[in-house]
Amino acid sequence: MDIIVPQVGESIVEAEIGEWFKQDGEQVEKDALLLELETEKINVELNAETSGKLTILAKQGEVVKIGAVIGRIDPEAVGSRPERQPEKKTATAKELPPVNPAVPKLAAESGIDLATVSGSGRDGRILVDDLLKKQTSPEESATKPVEPPKEQEDSAVAEAERIKRVPMTQIRKKIAERLLMARQQTAMLTTFNEIDMSRVIKLRNSHKEAFEKKHGVPLGFMSFFVKATAEALKDYPEVNAQIDGNDILYHYYYDIGVAVGSKRGLVVPVIRDADRMHFDEVEKTIRDFAAKAETGKLSLEELQGGTFTISNGGIYGSVLSTPLLNPPQSGILGMHAIKDRAVVIHGEIVIRPIMNVALSYDHRIIDGQQAVSFLKQIKLYIEDPEEMLLEM
Amino acid sequence: MSERNFDLIVIGAGPGGYVAAIRAAQLGFSVALVEKRETLGGVCLNEGCIPSKALLESSEQYAKVNNELADHGIEVPNATLNLNKMMARKEGVINKLTGGISGLMKKNKISVISGTATLSGKDGDLQQVTVGEQTLHANSVLLATGSEAIELPHLPFDGETVINAREALSLQEVPQRLLVVGGGVIGLELGSVWSRLGAEVTVVEMLDQLIPLSDPQLAQMLQRSLKKQGLNIHLKTKLEKIEKKEEGVLATLTAEKGEQQLTVDKVLVATGRRAQTEGLGLAAVGLQPNQQGQLKVDENYQTAASGIYAIGDLIPGPMLAHKASEEGVVFAERLAGQKSKVNYDAIPSVTYTWPEVASVGRSEEGLKRDSIEFKTGKFFFAASGRALASGFSDGFVKVLASPETGRILGIHIIGPHASELIAEATTVISFGGSVHDLAVTCHAHPTLAEAIKEAALAVNGEAIHA
Repeated sequence: MDIIVPQVGESIVEAEIGEWFKQDGEQVEKDALLLELETEKINVELNAETSGKLTILAKQGEVVKIGAVIGRIDPEAVGSRPERQPEKKTATAKELPPVNPAVPKLAAESGIDLATVSGSGRDGRILVDDLLKKQTSPEESATKPVEPPKEQEDSAVAEAERIKRVPMTQIRKKIAERLLMARQQTAMLTTFNEIDMSRVIKLRNSHKEAFEKKHGVPLGFMSFFVKATAEALKDYPEVNAQIDGNDILYHYYYDIGVAVGSKRGLVVPVIRDADRMHFDEVEKTIRDFAAKAETGKLSLEELQGGTFTISNGGIYGSVLSTPLLNPPQSGILGMHAIKDRAVVIHGEIVIRPIMNVALSYDHRIIDGQQAVSFLKQIKLYIEDPEEMLLEM
Repeated sequence: MSERNFDLIVIGAGPGGYVAAIRAAQLGFSVALVEKRETLGGVCLNEGCIPSKALLESSEQYAKVNNELADHGIEVPNATLNLNKMMARKEGVINKLTGGISGLMKKNKISVISGTATLSGKDGDLQQVTVGEQTLHANSVLLATGSEAIELPHLPFDGETVINAREALSLQEVPQRLLVVGGGVIGLELGSVWSRLGAEVTVVEMLDQLIPLSDPQLAQMLQRSLKKQGLNIHLKTKLEKIEKKEEGVLATLTAEKGEQQLTVDKVLVATGRRAQTEGLGLAAVGLQPNQQGQLKVDENYQTAASGIYAIGDLIPGPMLAHKASEEGVVFAERLAGQKSKVNYDAIPSVTYTWPEVASVGRSEEGLKRDSIEFKTGKFFFAASGRALASGFSDGFVKVLASPETGRILGIHIIGPHASELIAEATTVISFGGSVHDLAVTCHAHPTLAEAIKEAALAVNGEAIHA
């Protein structure tokens, strides 16, 4: 039975082979975890559909198309058990296309997987010539560093030791592509404001124990910001809209993406209908996303769509930054660290916990006044949370 | 007592050992080759394949002069046999070849050490081998000591009346009546030699066909042909006992239909061979041969004792010189880190009788036993222009192929020069070829090899001349 790269989402056409959790030739049981596939959006785990002997056809790091055969499980054959010597006689050898006699030896010695070689002989037979072609094929040599000019050989060698060239992962490639697109294809502008967090901190402190006891999740500031943003978006529909060709699409639902950092890269899972969620639901959803992001288990549905994004650089200590749009969305809110600052209120200098907030917006559909007002609206909701709650 | 260190010590200079030594030397190892015989080449060169082929050729010429040349219009009324000269020629061939191997050893800077080698355990990390007064050390030791004729309990060899194959190759005179025990390759080849030279030859075989394990159709045809040549063949027959009498050896044969007595001059026992490990000191390295005297090895030909390797007749598989040589090469290459493998599905086997019998790949019986589907194509040499022109048209080529892909699974040949024809068959199987591959391969005309192509075409009923 072939192991095929599954359809993981409409826009995804290729995936990168992540880690194989089983060895080539190993006996695998049905439902056993075989490998991880990295796509531009998510990582997908593949499990064995049947028990049998595993043949790996695509190695870690290879980029494969959706639908490609990346391995095989032969239910007839019995594979080796881990930590045992590989079988002397492999039944799968018979399934390979016919090869010329010296081919298996030469391929084994030069580490060529015969499954990746297309034979040029009669009926697809793999000839010794085909191995030589494979060894010198351009895609192989392309990954080698460019040869430095000869006179600089010594310094080039030293340089090579100080530089490591690593191909971008699928996720990193997509991030790079999208960020550049956001820069080049939008008229992005950022507006700033500062929020006095004292009331919301007070509210949180007085209710956090009861909240955690009742809902099982701690009450954080994210839920306030998600709720405030959803409310503000209702007031300023352009910020929740997007350009589609010559039209503007207004969204009357509030799906708010929350940027989550993980060791696999930044992902933006989406909180659906955030305006209709209770605080505890928002908190639970965000915690759930963070856990899934860390293990790469976010599903494609959880990552698709979204009408607006919130990015919290504050958790890393940032006090001011300009978030980058997540196209085709038109706005992104940047949260930052809360710092005690001297502020003047009613003619007096007082110490207040202040958070800088930034709104990057696509000036093509959002006017400056709308952007500033939207951000100010969020500020009002956070500074006076009761008002926001009452409006609900 | 001298001591010497090597990368590899090969024990036994037969077609397995000396070939392994050369290949290892080519790959840069320092190699010692220990041989107890005075000459190199093992049984194969000294008392097996080569001398038997020399005598088969000589005796065939003699038989031709007596029986066939007349058909060609050549009359030789008083052809006489000079057995001494025939034997001397055979010795000449042996000397030339064993001398040639000595030359190859020198050329490859292999230290040839004469004497009987005994494993004497490990000295530190090195394997230790004792040869007389010398102690040799090496990282690896290859055992290639081959096999010897099995002696039957009730028929001990006496070198006079009860002889083994080696002795049958050096008889001083043609025995009048020769009884051959064992209808295998060796028995039939030597039986043929002495039959052609004038002996009354009787072959007894316990099983129901000659050259057991070969294709039964080939065996039957060979039996008919040998009978025509004057050999008496008794299948499913056992040599019960012999009594030495005044007028010769009285042999008692038992078969289903009863007992039969026969007086002969000599009894050649050729019932099989057994791995030769006696005196090798296997116990010193903790090795214990199995019931057949053989050793178990892994894919590197390493035995259960690390650093001790074995090939050829010492390990399972057909006892064939070319199989041992092949293993010798692969052993050396794997020792050097290469990924070589012996393709055991493509080892040909040949019986040098008249006609010759040669096979490679799977047998019909084996395929049926494993429930593998196959189709058969057959072509008779009687329809071959070359065979008819040459005057020997007994026999056929049989090709077994997969019905779906045409992949050739086995080729079996009985006929003139089958031993040479099998090379093409082996090559096509080694290349994983199909009947379609043979169909598009041009064969010279008129040749015997055309029969292989025709037999391949016959698999799909497309032979041109049938």
